[in-house]
Amino acid sequence: MLRRLRDALPLLPFLAVVVIFLIIPTVTVIVSAFFADGAFSLARIEALFSGTALAALWKSVLLSASTALIGAFLGAVLAWLIVSSPPTSMVRRAVISLCSVLAQFGGVALAFAFLATIGLNGVLTLWVQQVFGWNLAGSGWLYSLTGLILVYTYFQIPLMVIVFVPALEGLREQWREAAVSLGASTWRYWREVAVPLLTPAFLGSALLLFANAFAAYATAAALVSQGSPILPLLIRAALTSEVVLGQSGFAYALALEMIIVVAVVMVAYNALVRRTARWLR
Amino acid sequence: MRRRTLGGKVFRAMLWVAFGLFFLFPLYAMADFSTRNLISGGRTMQAWQNLIADEALYQSIVISLLLAGFTVVAMLLVLVPTMIWVRLRTPWAKGMVEFLCLLPLTIPALVIVVGLRNVYLWVTYFLGESALTLTFVYVVLVLPFAYRAIDAALAAIDLKTLAEAARSLGAGWATTILRVVVPNIWSGILSAAFISIAVVLGEYTIASLSGYQTLQVQIVQIGKTDGPTSVAASLAVLLFGFVLLLVLSLLTRGRRRATVENVVQPGVAA
Amino acid sequence: MKRSLLAVSAASVLVLAGLIACAPPEKKSEGEKTQSGVNASEAKSAADFGGMDALVEAAKREGELNVIALPPDWANYGAIIKAFSDKYGIKVNSAQPDAASQDEINAANQQKGKSTAPDVFDLGQSVALANTAMFAPYTVATWDDIPAAYKDPNGAWVNDYGGYMSIGFDSSKVPPVTGVDDLLKPEYKGKVALNGDPTQAGSAFSGVLMVALSQGGSADDIAPGVDFFRKLKAAGAFLPVDPTPATIESGQTPVVIDWNYLNAAVTAKLPSWQVVVPPNAVVAGYYYQAINKDAPHPAAARLWQEFLYGDQGQNLLAAGGVRPVRADQMLQAGTIDKAVVNKIPVIDGPVTVPSPDQTEKATKYLADNWAGAIG
Repeated sequence: MLRRLRDALPLLPFLAVVVIFLIIPTVTVIVSAFFADGAFSLARIEALFSGTALAALWKSVLLSASTALIGAFLGAVLAWLIVSSPPTSMVRRAVISLCSVLAQFGGVALAFAFLATIGLNGVLTLWVQQVFGWNLAGSGWLYSLTGLILVYTYFQIPLMVIVFVPALEGLREQWREAAVSLGASTWRYWREVAVPLLTPAFLGSALLLFANAFAAYATAAALVSQGSPILPLLIRAALTSEVVLGQSGFAYALALEMIIVVAVVMVAYNALVRRTARWLR
Repeated sequence: MRRRTLGGKVFRAMLWVAFGLFFLFPLYAMADFSTRNLISGGRTMQAWQNLIADEALYQSIVISLLLAGFTVVAMLLVLVPTMIWVRLRTPWAKGMVEFLCLLPLTIPALVIVVGLRNVYLWVTYFLGESALTLTFVYVVLVLPFAYRAIDAALAAIDLKTLAEAARSLGAGWATTILRVVVPNIWSGILSAAFISIAVVLGEYTIASLSGYQTLQVQIVQIGKTDGPTSVAASLAVLLFGFVLLLVLSLLTRGRRRATVENVVQPGVAA
Repeated sequence: MKRSLLAVSAASVLVLAGLIACAPPEKKSEGEKTQSGVNASEAKSAADFGGMDALVEAAKREGELNVIALPPDWANYGAIIKAFSDKYGIKVNSAQPDAASQDEINAANQQKGKSTAPDVFDLGQSVALANTAMFAPYTVATWDDIPAAYKDPNGAWVNDYGGYMSIGFDSSKVPPVTGVDDLLKPEYKGKVALNGDPTQAGSAFSGVLMVALSQGGSADDIAPGVDFFRKLKAAGAFLPVDPTPATIESGQTPVVIDWNYLNAAVTAKLPSWQVVVPPNAVVAGYYYQAINKDAPHPAAARLWQEFLYGDQGQNLLAAGGVRPVRADQMLQAGTIDKAVVNKIPVIDGPVTVPSPDQTEKATKYLADNWAGAIG
């Protein structure tokens, strides 16, 4: 036991960083959600069931679910397109790199990309105005929930690509040939071999997309400045105007709610992924 | 070889065009918008010049680049020796280290920043108020990406033999790690470094809610008044990240089989 | 073996968590001691410094002043900052000019103890009254000239300038606006912007109040205002974009509900911009000037107050189209700049100024209902 501790000593810097900057904040959030002014109290949890909080939760779920479904379907199609091109082609590398950037590092930049495209002075807006006379930007829908759905899809599809391409690559050509040699048509192969194999990966990826959209903050923060329609923006409001909102520490309860939802989704995702990995390694 | 019908090819081509338009058009729109003179029409490079001319924006670019550099260095210093040590001396800790490294995938950055206030009171007390103190949190954020990359590289070499050989020839641990192991896992290190740079440059959540003026925070602030400049800065960041990752995929040639348990983080920069 | 290790590590984590959860010791700010031995950050008037000259000296020694959320076009702040800086040789750091009142408080909280924290605040009514615990009481030299209604008896805050809520519009892009009800017409679809979020910004709060008055509400009842915005949103007229001089000039926000002095400043740059104060719904609002209790430059902060409430500062404010708080006294004494006195708006008819209680009630209503109305 002592020897193990001694051996583990060099791991201390790593553990220190992780504990101080990840574990402790998380524990703080979980614990503070149940304590108000030093005493155990469910007051903050109760506030989670107020009209505003429930509305924000519902809109977040709606946003995440819709963009997860759209992103999953379109992303799967794009992933199939990519996988059917030669493995080391430049196009493939470029597309995968672009997908990586858009999916994971582009939150604020995407908001501005859409402002530049279909915002009030956007390129597409002005062009459509000139040619067809329609006002695409209209009532500023880009800055509300509908706009968020469009912009979120923009990073959900690449995320789906990144996660689903390995699954598609795992579909071995031999299986298809075996099916054909046994007399199956292409349609039958897809229906009875490929789709059942891909379904867990597809569902798992869709769940990942859901968690990603649910926890996403930067894009919404950059686009929406009026009101707090979704949960992450409500957390922002709770963090920055405690006095006005009247409920101190509301942010802790909201953050706890977010951890629970994301954790549940990620556990389901991991379970599905383990099932897939068996077949498609 | 799969037989490709003409219909199939046309269908495929149409899909490529559709996706191409959807993804590339906004990027083109950004380039167009950022060079447009909103008041009098016509073209101007003022927005791009502001990247250097505007004092606040330039400062935030410098800070973000410094942050990215510091994060990469800190991450490598913390992670590489730890992972080597785990593989060599404490294999029983592998599960725990892997779990801790992948934990940031499940805990959104937004949650981390809510709980971070007290911790950062201590950090600023000891280390001052610069935005560079964000390095520690960013190291945690990039852990999942870095862990995967370095782990794959370590798995591909025979670490035990290399280390034993070096040690038996009289090398200390520092020399073993720096001069024997690191050159062999160089692709993994590069991969971890480039992805970390991209993550740090794109990070907005923690920086803005902690009140630090990094590049993304500044872009959003400027966006309220000066649309073209913020669009120009956003486009610059996107292109930079894209080039980084493209170069990386060219450098690590050969198809690395990514696994289905892929490395994505809910809510990092999005 | 593994289990006990796990238990030990879990226990140590919890202990560590408990330790970290306590805040670190406050850095005692070694404020300047003045001649009379009073700490600069607790000085309540120039006398505590040993006179105005000593205050100027102390401020010059500090050398810098941090201000926040002061756009150059807002009440002529650009000229005021320059005049202050030139007169005393103190460098003024103007952060986040487009921030809202709530952002000022947030910055003070987030940067507490840092040298970049704001020294002084200029806040809207709702945010000011909710945060008086953060203000350091200070009475300026011209304290007695200011009517009692416009200052806190303990000196925690003083009104600096006021104006009326108005609707500004670009006459070359939309038909003229005569009243609030016009905004529901189809010609204004996608064109109406409010300056900020009413739960965070003073101008937006007064804007919603003005709309409430025009719809039959009162200072006690802001609900008709929120309902009107709900209707605006349903009609597609409401634009959830923060208007700034840049967005106005580029035509993104052709109709803006904002203070009359801000709209007037736009007219100076855009001749087709017109301003109308709805005749039956006149809302007046004053802004609140206060000193940050934890100001990194306490002497400079107090000198800034003295400057703002002196004749030069008040005249510069008036040049920005606002009604400075000492306007009545200066008109009587004749110290007001003649060229500027014509810019002070004349308003007939009843003017509504919400009391602190009414403001608090309205703020609570907004916090509960605004997001739902326009979300």
